[in-house]
Amino acid sequence: MNIAKLSLQNILNRPLNTLLSIILIMLGVGLISLMLQLNEHVQQQMESNLKGVDMVVGAKGSPLQLVLSAIYHIDAPTGNIPLSEVKQLSRNPLVQETVPLSYGDSHKGFRIVGTDRKYPELYHAALREGNWWRAPFEVTVGAIVANELNLTVGDKFYGSHGLAEGGESHKENAYKVVGIMAPTHSALDQLILTATESVWEVHHHEETDHTESGAHGEEQQEDDDHQHQHHHENEHEEEDKAITALLVKVRNPLALMKLPRSINERTSMQAALPKYEINRLLGLMGVGVEALNGIAFAVILVSGLSVFISLYTALKARQPEMALMRSYGASRWQLLRLVVQEGLLLMVMGCVLGILASRLGLLIIGNAVNESFHYSFSISHWLAGETLLVVATILVGFLAALFPAIKAFRLNISKTLSHA
Amino acid sequence: MLETRLLRFRYDEVNTFEFPDIRLSDQKEMLILGESGIGKTTFLHLLAGLLEPLSGQVIIKGHDLNKFSVRKRDKFRGKHIGLIFQKPHFVQSLTLQQNLSLVQYLAGKSQNKSKISSVLKALGIAHKVNIKPYQLSQGEQQRATIAMATINEPEIILADEPTASLDDKNCDKAIHLLKQQAVFTGARLVIITHDQRLLPHFKNTIHL
Repeated sequence: MNIAKLSLQNILNRPLNTLLSIILIMLGVGLISLMLQLNEHVQQQMESNLKGVDMVVGAKGSPLQLVLSAIYHIDAPTGNIPLSEVKQLSRNPLVQETVPLSYGDSHKGFRIVGTDRKYPELYHAALREGNWWRAPFEVTVGAIVANELNLTVGDKFYGSHGLAEGGESHKENAYKVVGIMAPTHSALDQLILTATESVWEVHHHEETDHTESGAHGEEQQEDDDHQHQHHHENEHEEEDKAITALLVKVRNPLALMKLPRSINERTSMQAALPKYEINRLLGLMGVGVEALNGIAFAVILVSGLSVFISLYTALKARQPEMALMRSYGASRWQLLRLVVQEGLLLMVMGCVLGILASRLGLLIIGNAVNESFHYSFSISHWLAGETLLVVATILVGFLAALFPAIKAFRLNISKTLSHA
Repeated sequence: MLETRLLRFRYDEVNTFEFPDIRLSDQKEMLILGESGIGKTTFLHLLAGLLEPLSGQVIIKGHDLNKFSVRKRDKFRGKHIGLIFQKPHFVQSLTLQQNLSLVQYLAGKSQNKSKISSVLKALGIAHKVNIKPYQLSQGEQQRATIAMATINEPEIILADEPTASLDDKNCDKAIHLLKQQAVFTGARLVIITHDQRLLPHFKNTIHL
């Protein structure tokens, strides 16, 4: 037997009080930790996807929707923009680089994006297996797509119309997997990348049932020949060709002031600044997060109060036994330690359970999010904010225990024993 | 061994006590008799160093208790004095075994289970070792307090009205056990009481 064991026995001896305190601490700590984790994950995902994209150009509509759909691939596209206007914009001297994106089709819930090689370069994507796509209907798939759908180089599949699973399939042209990307921890991991021409052809066929399709569908065709054919076609049909969105890198910050306005005013397209839109979105979410954090902090304070009440009422009943301990040689400091330890023990147990609960919550939310957005959460991440949270909570426990502990320290042994 | 000199204690202007000097050297035991309200408990608390006197000295084993710091006095008491109070007190959350082991720990002695069981056996409550003391009967609680007071083999056992709440039969039994334990552990026994029934059991008696 020692003081530490006695603390444990004492809090176990009043199970209901102890349970209440621990549940309150767990609730407060768990909620705040979960909020911290979610905030961190969302921000990390948001920011890691922004890499080098200064501006997104797409069809008119909600700028936030455009950003969410073109950069994060978690919303529907706003519409299509004509290639002619896109080409004109690309020639603008303020524009340094552009990446075209054509999307709208999917395979088992994963988006098929027609683009060019600059898109994976933006995210410094590397290949884990195989090659980048070179011809239409060749695809290179993201790491998570390959994992979830068990795709390997050489596999074939049909794309389906729309972004939801179970849309109408495009049976004419099969995509062929030629490469798999290494994880980039960005939206890229969730995408199936192919040439812009693939998307054009799929939809072109739907409209006019073109007879030339065989040539494009064949694999291992010599590249030169292929490109040549396409070139002709491109010029021929330039007029009605369209893409969904264009990611733009500008030459200097000044361009960000000028370009969006001129695009929005003079073209059928709209320009959105992802940094601005995301900050707006996080700002909106931040209000809710802050309110929840406020409530959770209140819960922690209440848990501190419950620890205080639990220790204080216990102390009143335990004064004779504390006097007894003193008369058998316990020092005043040992009694002080006893009470403080009981408070800290409650707080530490509550903290541990709270953090475990937050990880469980994160796992559950992560699974839900993974199903609908294909974003995965890591639960092994320890945040600096959580260290602060645990320290603050334990400090609350210490303060709650301090007053009863001082009372125990100043106990009048003789008076307590003769009146008990 | 135990000696008091000119002990005085004051609660307030009205309640001031003066105690006669006592001296316990070769004798094994001492009964201090006194009526209620005369300051018996106060005297015992002074002897144990639980209270500091207004003036005078309590000398145990050659040490003046009130020259010690609070911490030293607590330690000294834990090591050399076994206390038995009017009402039995235990640590509520612990079993009898854990209570005794805590008493050993607080006095800085090694926690010795076989010692605990031998003391409990001598007192006839060895089978209650894993029971929380407040669940024991009154007689058993009385014996458990004797166990608490003697487990560390103190040189002096100070008992405050140990038999006040017991009937004649249990009174005899308790005093017998207390004397027997004192002999076993080689402790000197000092009992302060108003209970005249104890008079025949002691040769060395002082009236307050």
